[in-house]
Amino acid sequence: MSDRTRLIGWAGLLALLAIAPVFITSGRWIDFLEITLFVAVLGQGWNILGGYGGQYSFGHAVFFGTGAYIQALFQFKFGWSPWITMWFAVSLTALVASFVGYLSFRYGLRGSYFALITLAFAEALHVLSRSFDSITEGGRGVQLALNQDPGLAIATFQFNFAGPFLKAYGFYYTIFIILILAYGVTWWMERSRFGAQLVAVRENEEAAQALGINAFRVKMGAICLSAAISASAGVYYVQKYLFIEPGIAYGPAKSVEALFAPIIGGLGTVLGPLLGSFFIHGVGEITKEMIGHVFGDRPGVDLIMFGVILVLVLAFLPRGLVGLLETLWKRITGGRDA
Amino acid sequence: MLEVRNLSKSFGGLRAVSNASLSVAEGKITSLIGPNGAGKTTMFALISGFLKPDEGSVTFKGEDITAQQPHSICQHGLVRTFQVVQPFANLSVRENIAVGAHTRIAKRAKALEKASEVAAMVGMEGMLDQSAGALTIAGRKRLELARALATEPSLLLLDEVMAGLNATEIHEIVDVVRSIRDAGVTIFLIEHVMQAVMSLSDYTYVLNYGAMIAEGEPRDVTRSPEVIEAYLGHGAAERIAAMEAKADA
Repeated sequence: MSDRTRLIGWAGLLALLAIAPVFITSGRWIDFLEITLFVAVLGQGWNILGGYGGQYSFGHAVFFGTGAYIQALFQFKFGWSPWITMWFAVSLTALVASFVGYLSFRYGLRGSYFALITLAFAEALHVLSRSFDSITEGGRGVQLALNQDPGLAIATFQFNFAGPFLKAYGFYYTIFIILILAYGVTWWMERSRFGAQLVAVRENEEAAQALGINAFRVKMGAICLSAAISASAGVYYVQKYLFIEPGIAYGPAKSVEALFAPIIGGLGTVLGPLLGSFFIHGVGEITKEMIGHVFGDRPGVDLIMFGVILVLVLAFLPRGLVGLLETLWKRITGGRDA
Repeated sequence: MLEVRNLSKSFGGLRAVSNASLSVAEGKITSLIGPNGAGKTTMFALISGFLKPDEGSVTFKGEDITAQQPHSICQHGLVRTFQVVQPFANLSVRENIAVGAHTRIAKRAKALEKASEVAAMVGMEGMLDQSAGALTIAGRKRLELARALATEPSLLLLDEVMAGLNATEIHEIVDVVRSIRDAGVTIFLIEHVMQAVMSLSDYTYVLNYGAMIAEGEPRDVTRSPEVIEAYLGHGAAERIAAMEAKADA
């Protein structure tokens, strides 16, 4: 598929997402879209390091949670504006990532060892954030003050008491803009020297080094970029729910969601995480709906579905849904637009 | 151009390379031969920074590069290929070569352009969009060569680029290697295919049990009794000499 075709596809897809609120007036479906885009951003963060770089992290909550905590605590403790704290959230999380990356990559940890060390970091921060009461408010979590003045809705980055449009769609467009930025950066990366070198390191680190690539530096760049994107998802989360606590920030749920979306959608592709997120949440909703009709509300059924889907995708679609789409596209165009 | 002085490397109790010295002259094709397990590939790994020598030094273009990182050695202009080819299997031939080109070229479009040029040099211009994982062994060997060449080296270390190829393919790659030399790249190669070594190289080193046992013009080296014994076993040189004497008589 040529870049031109891809760009046209993206423009169409983003335009659809931009005008979706015009057609979707049900709050429930806006929530569905919002969560889908949120996980798509989280997934893209993971995809940069895992999909493009081949470094599978099992603890990406480290970066989501750190971004979220910084966003929450800098407002809570220092009373800073959320528009300022968000830059700290993103950049300081990248700094944390460079620490995690340095420890892992300096000593050549790869594959399952890297997965384990990221998992260990997530669990360590989970415990620390619970026990350091004086800094993180411990297990109670950080609750941000609710702004009830409609005039300050934008200044406080809180849309609960804003005008009808912002109240309904403010956070949808917030995550939509974050998605455009994150996916734009990934699109650029894929067409840059950095991206080419990152993929080369994934494919064969030794050969990449022989060809003049500083594998350590490339992986460090990838983990920082990956963390920055994950942190931006954390910023969104805190502004939306005005609350963060250790389990949400550093628990395994976010780490798993972050890697589910790209693996199902297509590793190392720009579209993969978005497609994967739509698929798992779509199927999740449908499952909940159908099971709900028959058996009543059964929390956790959607999780079983996720597991089944993951197994099926890994068995039959090694290149994910994007791979399936590309095969179909080739069949439609007869390979003319390869 | 390349000076290796008294290089040694042991793995546990095994001395893989022992006090070996050699030098590669600019603009020439130099070769390194020796029986299986003689330490040739270890030698390459030591020179290109993949292994750290226990003793000795490697000097390249007047600069000491001993134990530098492989990537910075490559940036200095010394690049190696691997005996067991290591293609980026999920990438196309063009993308594979562009990875090498990016060592000197920052812009993606320029690097891809350079990849097509280099592909033409090694006769891969028709395979640019093929997946590297789908190439034949001959194709992979060429790709290995092309990727290395795309880094614009001044010295190219080729580790058995002809192993596993048939006679026609060997003939083709010999021509490619020669044309690379003619383009101004100095070449240092490990090879088992003697016909290629004889026709290509200007100077040859022979390694056996990690030690340098002979050096010189290829024709002289292959007549040296030490070399014949290294390949054919103890006493072989004498027996051959006796057979030749009998044939002459």
